[in-house]
Amino acid sequence: MSPQEAPGLTANLLIDLSLLTLLVFVALAMLRSRHLFAVVMLSGVYSLLSASFFVSLDAVDVAFTEAAVGAGISTVLMLAGMLLTARREKPARPRRAPVALLAVAAVGTALIYASLDMPAFGDPDSPANAGVGRDYLERTPKEIAVPNVVTAVLASYRGFDTLGEVMVIFTAGVAVILLLGAGSARGGRAVTDAEEDA
Amino acid sequence: MPHLILRVTTKMFFAPILLFALYVQFHGDYGPGGGFQAGVIFAVAFILHALCFGLEETKKALPQRALTIAMALGVMFYAGTGLATMLLGGNFLGYDALAPHSTHHEGQHYGILLVEFGVGLAVASTMLTVFYHFAGREPEIDPEDW
Repeated sequence: MSPQEAPGLTANLLIDLSLLTLLVFVALAMLRSRHLFAVVMLSGVYSLLSASFFVSLDAVDVAFTEAAVGAGISTVLMLAGMLLTARREKPARPRRAPVALLAVAAVGTALIYASLDMPAFGDPDSPANAGVGRDYLERTPKEIAVPNVVTAVLASYRGFDTLGEVMVIFTAGVAVILLLGAGSARGGRAVTDAEEDA
Repeated sequence: MPHLILRVTTKMFFAPILLFALYVQFHGDYGPGGGFQAGVIFAVAFILHALCFGLEETKKALPQRALTIAMALGVMFYAGTGLATMLLGGNFLGYDALAPHSTHHEGQHYGILLVEFGVGLAVASTMLTVFYHFAGREPEIDPEDW
């Protein structure tokens, strides 16, 4: 983007605004719908829209993950989970909750007020970019010599963190195996719900 | 047996999805992507297969026992790379020890490739494990239920 570009309505801004508007509408539709299948599909749409928004913010790695995990895997897992329960949410009686409304309004106002103090997008002097971020950008070509700085940070500078993340995923898999009963790795027998109840 | 169009589309897409996963896996140093994304994409190919042909068919192609082993192997690959660098005289996960005489940080490239492979293996097998166990609890999905 050239620095001379007018600060008014640019194509980027229009794309961002329309994506954010769509996100709000999808979120509202999810709140209104009682049909769980529709809600699951809408949450996939929500993830895909956020992924497009991340692309427009130049965070391609994050967008990639969001599209693969958010729109792909979690939608399928939610569908598989949905099949084990009812297809429709129980109808809730509309109630007035003044305390909750007040809390939401107060937190929302505080957040909007806080956002006024946030540095501009891509500001090189913002706290996120000025400290360790700039350091990574400067040192990666010399120390790691990998073109994608995100990969250099993830796999090399913060290799310990990533090892922890892999352990978390591994633990999740082990927990699912233990809870949902696949039998043992040596060929033991899986227990079904009917046997457990008996 | 699923509809002809579903069957043909799934067969057509299965191999390219796996190929794309491998591209994302091994091209992570140069473009967006890496082990996490590649693992998920790899798993998605098999989930597509399961959605079309049924879980039992997919389990014949890729049994749960193999996934359980792959899950542990992935973590061990990652931690093993760290141990290997220690045995070579460096720090834990200090990849420069893998190629100490390189002038352009070859060791970093090797190290990143190795740990990303471990990440991809662990993520792909864990995702499929979770899917197998969730989807496996409902033996037959009635078309009316969608």
